[in-house]
Amino acid sequence: MSQNTMNLKVKVWRQKNANAQGAFVTYDVAGISDEMSFLEMMDILNERLITEGGDPVAFDHDCREGICGMCSMYINGKPHGPWQANTTCQLHMRAFKDGETIVIEPWRANSFPIVKDLTVDRSAFDRIIQAGGYISVNTGNAVDGNSLPIEKQNADEAFAAAMCIGCGACVAACKNSSAMLFLSAKVSHLALLPQGAPERKSRVLKMVAQMDKEGFGSCTNTGACEATCPKEISIANIARLNNEYLGASLTAQ
Amino acid sequence: MLDAKIPSGNLDDKWVDYKGHCKLVNPANKRKMEVIIVGTGLAGASAAASMAELGYKVKAFCFQDSPRRAHSIAAQGGINAAKNYQNDGDSVFRLFYDTIKGGDYRSREANVHRLAEVSTNIIDQCVAQGVPFAREYGGLLSNRSFGGTQVQRTFYAAGQTGQQLLIGAYQALERQVALGNVTMHTRHEMQDIVKIDGKAKGIIARNLITGELEKHFGHAVLICSGGYGNVYYLSTNAMGSNVTAAWKAHKQGAYFANPCFTQIHPTCIPVSGDHQSKLTLMSESLRNDGRIWVPKNLGETRKANDIPEADRDYFLERRYPAFGNLVPRDVASRAAKERCDANYGVGTSKQAVYLDYAAAIERYGKIEVSKQGLSDVSTEQIIALGKEVVKEKYGNLFNMYSKITGENPYEVPMRIYPAVHYTMGGLWVDYELQTTVPGLYALGEANFSDHGANRLGASALMQGLADGYFVAPYTVGNNLADDIYNAAIPTTHSAFEEATQKVAERIASLKNINGKQSAESFHKRLGKIIWNECGMSRTAAGLKQAIADVQALKKEFWSDLRIPGEINEYNPELDKANRVADFIELGELMCVDALAREESCGGHFREEYQTPEGEALRDDENYMYVAAWENKGAHEWELHKEALKYEVIKPSQRNYK
Repeated sequence: MSQNTMNLKVKVWRQKNANAQGAFVTYDVAGISDEMSFLEMMDILNERLITEGGDPVAFDHDCREGICGMCSMYINGKPHGPWQANTTCQLHMRAFKDGETIVIEPWRANSFPIVKDLTVDRSAFDRIIQAGGYISVNTGNAVDGNSLPIEKQNADEAFAAAMCIGCGACVAACKNSSAMLFLSAKVSHLALLPQGAPERKSRVLKMVAQMDKEGFGSCTNTGACEATCPKEISIANIARLNNEYLGASLTAQ
Repeated sequence: MLDAKIPSGNLDDKWVDYKGHCKLVNPANKRKMEVIIVGTGLAGASAAASMAELGYKVKAFCFQDSPRRAHSIAAQGGINAAKNYQNDGDSVFRLFYDTIKGGDYRSREANVHRLAEVSTNIIDQCVAQGVPFAREYGGLLSNRSFGGTQVQRTFYAAGQTGQQLLIGAYQALERQVALGNVTMHTRHEMQDIVKIDGKAKGIIARNLITGELEKHFGHAVLICSGGYGNVYYLSTNAMGSNVTAAWKAHKQGAYFANPCFTQIHPTCIPVSGDHQSKLTLMSESLRNDGRIWVPKNLGETRKANDIPEADRDYFLERRYPAFGNLVPRDVASRAAKERCDANYGVGTSKQAVYLDYAAAIERYGKIEVSKQGLSDVSTEQIIALGKEVVKEKYGNLFNMYSKITGENPYEVPMRIYPAVHYTMGGLWVDYELQTTVPGLYALGEANFSDHGANRLGASALMQGLADGYFVAPYTVGNNLADDIYNAAIPTTHSAFEEATQKVAERIASLKNINGKQSAESFHKRLGKIIWNECGMSRTAAGLKQAIADVQALKKEFWSDLRIPGEINEYNPELDKANRVADFIELGELMCVDALAREESCGGHFREEYQTPEGEALRDDENYMYVAAWENKGAHEWELHKEALKYEVIKPSQRNYK
């Protein structure tokens, strides 16, 4: 594999803290190999800023293999950038051309306040899970794992929903900043499994209530969430969520 | 000699007897006891949830923005359990035996047996939580093989097993947060242990958003902060994974055991250039079906697909016919290095070998043909069917490979090379997972106890969850039972004040260096030293040089580091510098340990000690012990030994031929 190098401009959102006024700042980044990951390009920019006595760009990242859900950049108008089914950390510089200007913004949603630059606070997602995104089973209560056969199709569908990495790209992509794809993935994961049945109704009601309380917007079925989801969580989960919610509401005491 | 406090009695009965006789804390008293848990990976999240369910007041800490992001999430292949669902001869004893043998007879029998015993409970617990393990058409759980075993005991959820297990533990944890039993502190990092009368009684944590130092009291402190693979800079660990919590514990008197036992995983995507920030693992499960080879001829220039069978060297199958591509990780890694060092490597860097799926695709294609009752099928159709099967089994891994390399692994063999993945060494703990500091425990990868000199695949998830769900709730309780008369100590106590002062001074001194080089640049240089001299193979001369180099690097770090920004704000560069400072000190200890262990075992390969065939040559007579190092000040450590007594298994040279 041959390496090509390119020179780029990055236009980055800089904001000192939650209360400060933010603005775009443009930087030149030179000698970027097309084999680099996007975040390695950011590392090079930051290394230069530090040696020049400047303030490096703050951004969240951790595993750099597309699974922890920590990275969160809005790149050229798309959460996680131009590639399909991808996270920012797995985006590679092959995706860009020499001389290009890349625009980088944080996730923008009222429910995800900015911490600094490209870092946002996604603790609202944890609180939605706290509202009911679990099966209430204490350690030590379990029966043999094979005592409960689960139809393969349901198990596979539950797994497909459970693949959500909680990155928040769905919220960032949505014009209403709705968290319905995130929420529906968890509700589906647990509703599809027999273990989740006892709390099925209360779970969906409580989780939706918490989502509303956090200030996320409504779903208008635009589908931007599904198109942008790095794990390709299906929008069919939102339909299932709506069913679950309606059923639970009608039979609620 | 160190005493691990292993219960007496038969190996099979030890844990049962321990549980039957350990002291208990009644529910009313549990509500008064506070437990601090540092780290929320599999060990930390499972311990936090389980302890909170019991009624303890838990305070959990993680440096990420959510406990769900801990690096356990990246584990791919699976989790072992001695269920014997496949009727292929598995048992608690066999899992125990495989783990001891895989660890090259440098782990503790009693701990490993307990691990094998509780392994089956883990699967049951996770299923009950809704972890979507892979299933067969009959609705029952599916299994696959991993390295170092001849049975199928690995449970999995595609290539995302760690993610699914962690989400299960995370959900259990968040449930306890909602119930008010756990206080969760995200974006916090532990900076020191607070000791009162020689016992761990709390921690100083830094709020990474505000920079504020916080004092937290706990009747017990559990370190669940993972391993230290990032000492090498390039590893499969997450960027934030660090040794700081464990290292602070070490500096407060906890012995650090077998630091030189690190695992180099054979199947990772090779380094592509100096810019590289991390390495990506290709799951060991790929060795179930993939075949590893290099060209037979020196100077081979043809593309992989153009090299005929006769000119390929399937070196693992050649050297280890009994286990073939499924030899343990240390053996596979060294074999790949041996071929590359002999100039048979492939790719532009020549530091890679092929992992080939062509044969598996064809084999699965043929199975599909007969399953679907097709006739008159072309080779292309068989290949297409086979690719579908491989996609279902390993699709996410193949996708990841193609995103990173720009190559299509369904068409051309993957290029792989060993990379740092896991650290078997860690804080020394006794049978109860307690360190040498009373009240201070270490769980999961942060301790040293179960994997000896080499960990088998799919055993890290097992150990993390065993410690958190099923071991610590009993053993920590056994010790807390003596503490019920002791009320919580207010954090106005002078010990908390002094510890806070000390932490503040250290952070200020780091910030005030005002030099020119970034923490990252020091980290890269440290990584190169440790990788070259304390990596896949080690020599006395190289290790001595490395110790001198690390000491020099430490001096330079403390005189030329530059941290931008302020102390009292969100400052990731400050966090990084804080961690790199600890990695530098650990790096020295790793080399000291590797130099002192004059034998080869598992992942620790000293070139001076090998068999004529190039296999690791152990010295059981002189080195059958755990090396536990006590910190005695800057650059000084005292070695304490825990003798390893094999009462049930008779150590022999590991043989995978």
